Amino acid sequence: MSDVAESKRVIPDRLGTKTSRILASWEVLLFGVAVLIFVFNSLASPYFLNAWNLSDATFNFTEKGMIAFAMALLVIAGEIDLSVAAIIALASTAMGAAAQMGVGTAGLVGIGIGVGLACGAFNGLLVSGLRLPSIVVTIGTMSLFRGISYIVLGDQAYGKYPADFAFFGQGYVVWVFSFEFALFIALAIAFAILLHATNFGRQVFVIGNNEFAARFSGIPVERVKFILFLLTGLMSGVAAVCLTSRLGSTRPSIAQGWELEVVTMVVLGGISILGGAGTIAGVVIAAFVMGLVTFGLGLLNVPGIVMSIFVGLLLIVTIAVPIIARRVREMSR
Amino acid sequence: MINGVTKIQDGSPRPVQLAAPAPILEMRGISQIFPGVKALDGVSLTLYPGQVTALIGENGAGKSTLVKILTGIYRPNEGEMFIDGQPIAFHSAQAAIDAGVTAIHQETVLFDELTVSENIFLGHAPRTRFGTIDWRAINDRSKALMRELESDIDPTIRLRDLSIAQRHLVAIARALSVEARIVIMDEPTAALSRKEIDDLFRIVEGLKRQGKAILFISHKFDEVYEIAENFVVFRDGRAVGQGRLKDTPQDEIVRLMVGRDVKDVFPKVAVEIGAPVLAVERYCHPTEFRDISFELRRGEILGIYGLIGAGRSELCQSLFGITRPSAGQLMLEGRPIDIRSSSDAIRAGIVYVPEERGRHGLALPMPIFQNMSLPSLTKTSRSGFLKAANELSLARKYAERLDLRAAALSVPVGTLSGGNQQKVVIGKWLATQPKVIILDEPTKGIDIGSKAAVHGFIGELAAEGLSIIMVSSELPEILGMSDRVMVMREGLMAGLFERDQLSAELLVRAATGNH
Repeated sequence: MSDVAESKRVIPDRLGTKTSRILASWEVLLFGVAVLIFVFNSLASPYFLNAWNLSDATFNFTEKGMIAFAMALLVIAGEIDLSVAAIIALASTAMGAAAQMGVGTAGLVGIGIGVGLACGAFNGLLVSGLRLPSIVVTIGTMSLFRGISYIVLGDQAYGKYPADFAFFGQGYVVWVFSFEFALFIALAIAFAILLHATNFGRQVFVIGNNEFAARFSGIPVERVKFILFLLTGLMSGVAAVCLTSRLGSTRPSIAQGWELEVVTMVVLGGISILGGAGTIAGVVIAAFVMGLVTFGLGLLNVPGIVMSIFVGLLLIVTIAVPIIARRVREMSR
Repeated sequence: MINGVTKIQDGSPRPVQLAAPAPILEMRGISQIFPGVKALDGVSLTLYPGQVTALIGENGAGKSTLVKILTGIYRPNEGEMFIDGQPIAFHSAQAAIDAGVTAIHQETVLFDELTVSENIFLGHAPRTRFGTIDWRAINDRSKALMRELESDIDPTIRLRDLSIAQRHLVAIARALSVEARIVIMDEPTAALSRKEIDDLFRIVEGLKRQGKAILFISHKFDEVYEIAENFVVFRDGRAVGQGRLKDTPQDEIVRLMVGRDVKDVFPKVAVEIGAPVLAVERYCHPTEFRDISFELRRGEILGIYGLIGAGRSELCQSLFGITRPSAGQLMLEGRPIDIRSSSDAIRAGIVYVPEERGRHGLALPMPIFQNMSLPSLTKTSRSGFLKAANELSLARKYAERLDLRAAALSVPVGTLSGGNQQKVVIGKWLATQPKVIILDEPTKGIDIGSKAAVHGFIGELAAEGLSIIMVSSELPEILGMSDRVMVMREGLMAGLFERDQLSAELLVRAATGNH
């Protein structure tokens, strides 16, 4: 019948080599930036290239980084959680109150993580159960959670934590490598596997790229989103344990403004703020970049307010650059 | 080449001695090229004052592209346009309006919370000399416009209080509120009842008397013969015939439009129809449809025909678990099943190829193979972990079967043409090895070549024993492909016809409720 006798065309799996794809990525660019900052810092300050100083520098990003991993998944799925810093405050307050009543270290960790999970579940229920926009919900719970801390603490502070509780924020695993840094690396690997190597991670990407199509493909969109809020709450609880342990005290203003830094880290790491794209590797490198920059500026005695200006500018630039680049590409076409 | 005679000075009356009036608009050799598709290929079109020209063609013939060129949305790659003999090019939608071109679309976007007059003048409201909006002028002119349309709708009431037919009048009033000499009506009767169509035609007669040139786009022949003087037939992006309707029999136009007999386009494969697979009993939706009952057999293609808004897509989506029915029962292979979500439906073996594939069917920025494997992830993965090699081999299998044209399986689906995107959607569902596949407008927006491929493939699937529900607004497709056709009208079943009974007339009558 058919007069077309063309040979079977073969569609290749992928275009280009693996190396060429990696070299063209945002992560490699960002890694280059990290190296530049490292070199600059080591030239600018004689105290920078010191193992213990560098180890101290990691505390600038380990806690925020843990939250950023979970936030990355949430942003990829097209949602956001701005209440993460407030969850830290509430979890830390709960731990402080429990510590005053003589609860031991294991109990405190359980409380910190439990409060984080509960707050995440509350956000998740509002967003996926009632289908409210997450940006509004979490601005609301941001005030709510921290508000509770303020009511409980006023201008007081909790300080009597058990001695062995200090390990989470002040302990070292090997040599200069702190417990926090080790946890950061372990969580980075866990989240990278979850996002890039599991069916769950694939569902996160699909939801972020096209929520309708996800729904029409049998993906339980609401359940995935709920789990993501739960994860973000969990990581905020873990960060609360580390931070409270490191500071050894709780004030209601603890971790104030961290949500901004976490979101900056996520966006700088190449996670599309519009959802649907990004890697955990990018977030890890972004965490290092931000940690190195704040540490470097600190060594140069730059005041804190300048750093916050810097973080704000970084956020705007990293959001603007890919969008402007895309427009330029489209115009030149 | 034939200039001079038609040239008209500003404001002077048209030369009466000419047999045909001078054309208002002339388009010559217009081509519009999109990546991979030549949507229009050297078409010409002439519109005369006081006359209706019908633009006839199947979906995908290039009608909409022409409208977009005329309204300044697309800039053609080739060709010339003249208004009153003067060459003109539209650089923006506003330029087209300024040149006196206005369009009444199939579905004009109106705003429920605004008043009738606000809807009519949104974006071009008359101003007072202080630069504020001249509300009195807006309301007066709205009232005048509505009176011209023989309607007494109060321009100060909100749109949400109007009926569908009244909204349609507001849409027309909006199109006529700009000083227009060329009026494009893009399938204006698609969602109207006979009485509303009669009202619309009275309006068209009024516009003719005012000397406006009208381009009337439709594929309903009775209407075309009723209202239009001239016709142009488009097929596959070319103007394949034009002339005066009263000298042209309908058969001739059908032949021009389809280019071949329906039987040749849809070679129906004889398939042995087996036992019932899916039985739908008294299915109801809170608002969109009621009391739908039918049976679908193995190897059968059941066509669902109806006008826009008849509830066809809503029915399909509720069979697929997207919306829950308010009453009714579903039986799959003799057993009652309860479908609460799309994952229930997929597990039961019912899948849905949506009408809007970009919106509902695909994650466009993601690779082909990831889209293909999406509903089959439990099969390609191992204990929750992705196995890219399995995904790729699954994607390759269906890509080859569907003759997918793509540079690689890892390129984003969004880079493919409409027809190839549709192949990915169909492939992703076939990979789940379904029993029932629901196709909602399977060839909408697909170029003619891929269309035939999709049709051929649907036939193959039926031959392999799949049961197919195919929603379509294209009569030739419904007539050519279906074993049986269910017609829906306003959410109700308006008939269930066997293949040997089928005729275009019968289906249209059932769908519109006219006798």
